[in-house]
Amino acid sequence: MSSENMNLTLKVWRQRNGQSQGSFETYQAKSVSPDMSFLEMMDVVNEDLIKGGKDPIAFDHDCREGICGTCSMYINGRAHGPVKGVTACQLHMRSFIDGETITIEPWRATAFPVLKDLIVDRSAFDRIQQAGGFVSVNTGSVPDANAIPVAKACADEAFNSAACIGCGACVAACKNSSAMLFVSAKVSQYAMLPQGDVERKDRVIKMVSQMDEEGFGTCTNTEACEAECPKGISVTNIARLNREYLRAKLTE
Amino acid sequence: MTLDSKIPAGPLSEKWDNHKFKLKLVNPANKRKYDIIVVGTGLAGASAAASLAELGYNVKTFCFQDSPRRAHSIAAQGGINAAKNYRNDGDSVYRLFYDTIKGGDYRAREANVHRLAQVSVNIIDQCVAQGVPFAREYGGLLDNRSFGGAQVSRTFYAKGQTGQQLLLGAYSAMNRQIAEGKIKSYTRHEMLDVVLVDGQARGIIARDLVTGEIERHAGHAVLLCTGGYGNVFYLTTYARGSNGTAVWRAHKKGAYFGNPCFTQIHPTCIPVSGDHQSKLTLMSESLRNDGRIWVPKEKGDKRKPEAIPENERDYYLERIYPSFGNLVPRDIASRKAKEVCDEGRGVGSTGLAVYLDFADAIKRLGKDAVEAKYGNLFDMYKQITGEDPYQTPMRIYPAVHYTMGGLWVDYNLMTSVPGLYACGEANFSDHGANRLGASALMQGLADGYFVIPATLGDYLASVERKPISSDSPEFDAAEKAVKDGIEKLLSIKGNKTVHEFQRELGQIMWNHCGMARNEAGLKEGIEKIKQLRNEFWKDIHIPGTDQELNQNLEKAGRVADFLELGELMMVDALHRNESCGGHFREEFQTPEGEARRDDDNYTYVAAWEYKGEGQPEQLHKEKLDFESVTLTQRSYK
Repeated sequence: MSSENMNLTLKVWRQRNGQSQGSFETYQAKSVSPDMSFLEMMDVVNEDLIKGGKDPIAFDHDCREGICGTCSMYINGRAHGPVKGVTACQLHMRSFIDGETITIEPWRATAFPVLKDLIVDRSAFDRIQQAGGFVSVNTGSVPDANAIPVAKACADEAFNSAACIGCGACVAACKNSSAMLFVSAKVSQYAMLPQGDVERKDRVIKMVSQMDEEGFGTCTNTEACEAECPKGISVTNIARLNREYLRAKLTE
Repeated sequence: MTLDSKIPAGPLSEKWDNHKFKLKLVNPANKRKYDIIVVGTGLAGASAAASLAELGYNVKTFCFQDSPRRAHSIAAQGGINAAKNYRNDGDSVYRLFYDTIKGGDYRAREANVHRLAQVSVNIIDQCVAQGVPFAREYGGLLDNRSFGGAQVSRTFYAKGQTGQQLLLGAYSAMNRQIAEGKIKSYTRHEMLDVVLVDGQARGIIARDLVTGEIERHAGHAVLLCTGGYGNVFYLTTYARGSNGTAVWRAHKKGAYFGNPCFTQIHPTCIPVSGDHQSKLTLMSESLRNDGRIWVPKEKGDKRKPEAIPENERDYYLERIYPSFGNLVPRDIASRKAKEVCDEGRGVGSTGLAVYLDFADAIKRLGKDAVEAKYGNLFDMYKQITGEDPYQTPMRIYPAVHYTMGGLWVDYNLMTSVPGLYACGEANFSDHGANRLGASALMQGLADGYFVIPATLGDYLASVERKPISSDSPEFDAAEKAVKDGIEKLLSIKGNKTVHEFQRELGQIMWNHCGMARNEAGLKEGIEKIKQLRNEFWKDIHIPGTDQELNQNLEKAGRVADFLELGELMMVDALHRNESCGGHFREEFQTPEGEARRDDDNYTYVAAWEYKGEGQPEQLHKEKLDFESVTLTQRSYK
């Protein structure tokens, strides 16, 4: 932990586009304030690169408050970096030490092809949701909100699963690039609510099948996903997904 | 063109129902013959796209993010209002309407706001049916909290992540329609122009942000659901990508801009820590339910907050506004924070902060209860500042958060360009000069789920059903203009980065058109923006090409638009010789320092018409008629 400004060495993955080969480039980040966020440090480095006539490092980012799930950096071998429970945009430089070398890579997974530098294509997640991540209700044709009571414990559990921000850290952290944590969180949210009950079997089968089609790996229960998830999504969701899937298949 | 708001006749509470009956309908079998373009996939865009697709229209959605789910609605924390009166505390549709009109300082349309309050109850039903996990009580029914500007508990919430859960609900509804083939979703695409054919919106020009390709998309109507333009101030609570390009380019194509100077400054944000700062983080206003705001009574008191005894603290909101206390509307809470800091009583290393203290709440409710309510916000604060708010008061300061202004729309949400609509924060319609907390989510979803599905058909019923071709001189011209604009930006090859221009513009806006404005400052600001704009077009340096993923090129286009929009905001602020809501003109205040409206001369919507490059914009006035409420000076004492 530093309180003074720091000088850091960055080893950053640079790749022109999806068709080209990438490689690591080394840059110096000078006089970095510990109060900067990791992405603000990257902003400063990029300004220097532009001023020096070089191409800045492309990286995904948007809300910069840890909720949109856009930022996606593999920092020193960990998804979103060394601090548990935060995204890269909320990681602050006070978590690093002066003189440190920081390695920055994109998410690595077959199902998340690199578009440029640190930016990957995560549209596979959208397609999994399209396969069944919804309750089939049209606008307007619904009962009064309080006509569907939900036990507080169930509602709270469903919320905990629904807190997933879809960043893909779970896939990046998994040695098999499995998307089980992401898919199970969505399946769980609906499985725990009465609104999701009607379509629960169909939903889990379709979402798992789309997940497999996208080229994500299988789950071998190493639980790296939970350890690296910035929102603390629990692997118990995966257990629930397995139960849901089994139940759906057995009663198909 | 004269402004026709198309407000229906009849008693306020019956206007919407009567209007819906009178609107023309498109027969179900004919709906599939219409193509609708929806730009932006936040709450307004996603809910509109899903609902229109459910009706049978063919919808194309566009977002610059990598997924519709990432739109900045996702970051809304506190909650969503609805006049359900589940608390039995005297709430009603009329009270929500009244609070919103009053909170907006009487600069919104009565009819629109009443409709908003009416459909608010349907929104909650819809979201619950989708599986949005709202907070619940032990009996299994929905929980509520109270929010600034209201004395009833009508806010529904999902911890501090209400926007996220509502957006994921709307996104799930969109996904269902994508699977059905009724929506085609274009991600990492940015709209760069609206195409008009015979004066009607018939499509857009968009850039594929990955390949750089310029694309044409044609349709029978275009909906802009692209959010607010607050990033003109640079340091804001908006996402870094939020921008005003879609609305500004539509404005240049003929859509009037309504009340551009009405900006909301949110009182509870984490203060600036240094020059590197790229954004300000909001702490939900719901914190004001239990946190107490104070500063030291003495100027320059640099003691730690714990060392300042109770009788040397000034809980200034509770002192000045005993009945609303810490729950006064946002504009008032922000301005008072600025005032105490200007007096030299601000806290923290910069002196630009006030305390938000939870010590009493922790004593009263226990740490666990406070954690259950606000845990994620406390964690976020700790992560950003390195301080623990369970132990020491939070430091907060106001930051730009929302723009009440936006494209002028009529009661049907159509802009002054036929076939071009604006929904959610992108329009000006419902919040007047100040938006109440938990009302942005309500308006975005009201527009998307319930208003536009009803009103769009009325326009389409009079439009020929044959497909619109993008192979036309109008599309040729629009595409060429977009390509020329990009080429011009890249050809300058100057010395300053986009980031530098954006920061300078933000400083000018904040200093001259921020929480308090005055004539001299605005005039000076306008000159400064003009200079900066000239410099931009001579000295911008954009690395890379247009044939690749180029984030600096994207930003440069947005900053170029902000450099024009910022000037219009100042022109609007300068012309409005009164103070109302978020627009505080120092020349117009009461002896107690409160905003002083001028209802005789300014009870209107200022709708600005673009007249060409370098030409002054023309002001059109839509007079606001109040039939149900009496205009009074807002009092929260």
